[in-house]
Amino acid sequence: MATIVMDDLHKVYAGGVKAVTGISLDIADGEMIVLVGPSGCGKSTLLRMVAGLETISDGTLKIGDRVVNNLEPAERDIAMVFQNYALYPHMTVFNNLAYGLRNRKFPKAEIDRRVREAAEMLEIAQFLDRKPRNLSGGQRQRVAMGRALVREPAAFLFDEPLSNLDAKLRVQMRVEIRQLQKRLKTTSLYVTHDQLEALTMADRLVVLNGGKIEQVGTPMDVFSKPASVFVAGFIGSPAMNMIDAAYLHDKGEGNALPALPQGADLIGVRPDDLLLTAPQGPHLRLSGTVALLEPAGAESHIYVMLEGNSQPITIRVQGLPTVLEGAQVDFYAALDALHPFVRETGLRVA
Amino acid sequence: MVENDRWGIFFAHLVLILGVALVVFPVYIAVIASTHPSGTFVRGVMPLLPGPNALENYRTVIFEGRSRAGTPPIGGMLWNSFVMAMAITVGKLSISILSAFAIVYFRFPFRMFFFWVIFLTLMLPVEVRIVPTFQVVADLGMLNSFAGLSIPLIASATATFLFRQFFMTVPEELMEAARVDGAGPLKFFKDILLPLSITNIAALFVIMFIYGWNQYLWPLLITTDPEYYTIVMGIQRMVTGGDSEPLWHLVMATVVLAALPPILVILFMQRLFVKGLTETEK
Repeated sequence: MATIVMDDLHKVYAGGVKAVTGISLDIADGEMIVLVGPSGCGKSTLLRMVAGLETISDGTLKIGDRVVNNLEPAERDIAMVFQNYALYPHMTVFNNLAYGLRNRKFPKAEIDRRVREAAEMLEIAQFLDRKPRNLSGGQRQRVAMGRALVREPAAFLFDEPLSNLDAKLRVQMRVEIRQLQKRLKTTSLYVTHDQLEALTMADRLVVLNGGKIEQVGTPMDVFSKPASVFVAGFIGSPAMNMIDAAYLHDKGEGNALPALPQGADLIGVRPDDLLLTAPQGPHLRLSGTVALLEPAGAESHIYVMLEGNSQPITIRVQGLPTVLEGAQVDFYAALDALHPFVRETGLRVA
Repeated sequence: MVENDRWGIFFAHLVLILGVALVVFPVYIAVIASTHPSGTFVRGVMPLLPGPNALENYRTVIFEGRSRAGTPPIGGMLWNSFVMAMAITVGKLSISILSAFAIVYFRFPFRMFFFWVIFLTLMLPVEVRIVPTFQVVADLGMLNSFAGLSIPLIASATATFLFRQFFMTVPEELMEAARVDGAGPLKFFKDILLPLSITNIAALFVIMFIYGWNQYLWPLLITTDPEYYTIVMGIQRMVTGGDSEPLWHLVMATVVLAALPPILVILFMQRLFVKGLTETEK
């Protein structure tokens, strides 16, 4: 149980590559923070800096009341779950879980108790005598979790722990990890590139891009008020549509047009917020040609080409839409569903 | 591959059987020759069937020898060879696995330079550096000793290189997990790297043991005391050393005995590294 305080953390690699530039973040005790971003955004580097697997070039890192910049990973009182699980292949599950405790000279009875308790909790008790290679992917994942759990550390660090699982298992483990974390109330830092994982698991999520924080906030905050074009494009699937404000003024119609914020030259609107029928209240209307219909079970995606605009617009509707490919279609967006940005800075207006 | 081509199968078997016969025949002759009384070879015709003197010949070679004919009892020579081969093998394995560990897992100045220096020694087999090595060993007073027999042959670039290649395939996350689990470098080496390397160690053990066992030139150079003769050089002395005609039946018995330990090592280790192959995974 501990807080984690990052103060202006920097990471510069030997070759001069700056992976993390000036990250400050306070993580409350028991909070689940998800670091999310595309490949190379520095999220894994940041996590590994907290773990002690990467040195900290500049800034201070506190776990609990201690500055841990120069401590070995083992001395930081953290436990880490690796992407490839990193189970010791020649040890049984029991020994995998017990290894860290043995190195810390825990008494045998205590080790035994903790391992069995964790195995019980993760439903891997019947596999304790097996070697990792005799386990399925999901079971290995649990063992990796167990290895973190038995240590009862101040913080859990997860490095894309679910990315090697198949889709179904991923959802299941996602729920289980979250439930476990809520029950244990252990401060957690979770790295993923999957925006859905980030939205569903986080107390607060941190969107990283190019070694910098783009936005910090609760999942709903980040989703409903993305602070930048990058966040808007990264969080939410299908990605938010971006339309030139000039194009809207030129080709768009509707009573929402005069109400667009001053200075915004790029307007974002989520595929869910585009409607095929006019909503109540101020809205704007656009029309284009249906380029492709994509049924996806309970919902469908309609890709619409706007006249004189090369990027297709995505519309998400429930069920099967009534429009046909190749047809002209009118669609609407309510004023409050529009996200105004400035193209040059990439930042949100108001 | 055509499966039901009978001529193809016949031909393949023919080639294989011929190949096996070619390899096995000399060994067979050696075994047969070691079972005949001494008079048999004087006639100049090599018998192809076992003779009656097997037990007697082997007993003579192992326990009595024929010192007048340059053949001391070979028990001692077998032991010397065994000690030398084991010392070389164990020494090579421990030094090379440790140096590979250093090269792969530690960042120190001139790391790659040292790696290439080790690698360069691959190009210098014993025979090339034999004169200076002899000088060094002689100056250190290690002539006629087990240390002299084994130490100069211990350094091994081959094994270092193979262990390095293996360590580089071990996922880095394993080392990081061990660090988080509180294992220092030596603990990581002992608890994780070493068990994972068992297969490699077993395979290298076989190769190195045979290499050590078959050393001929080096023992010949540095031993003058029969106390330290090894079996391989002993065979040579038996053939050329006596006043009379070589006693071929005894020479052959010695050859057969000299070939046994490497075969035993292979048989024993093979089980271990087949087991290793099926049980390790990265």
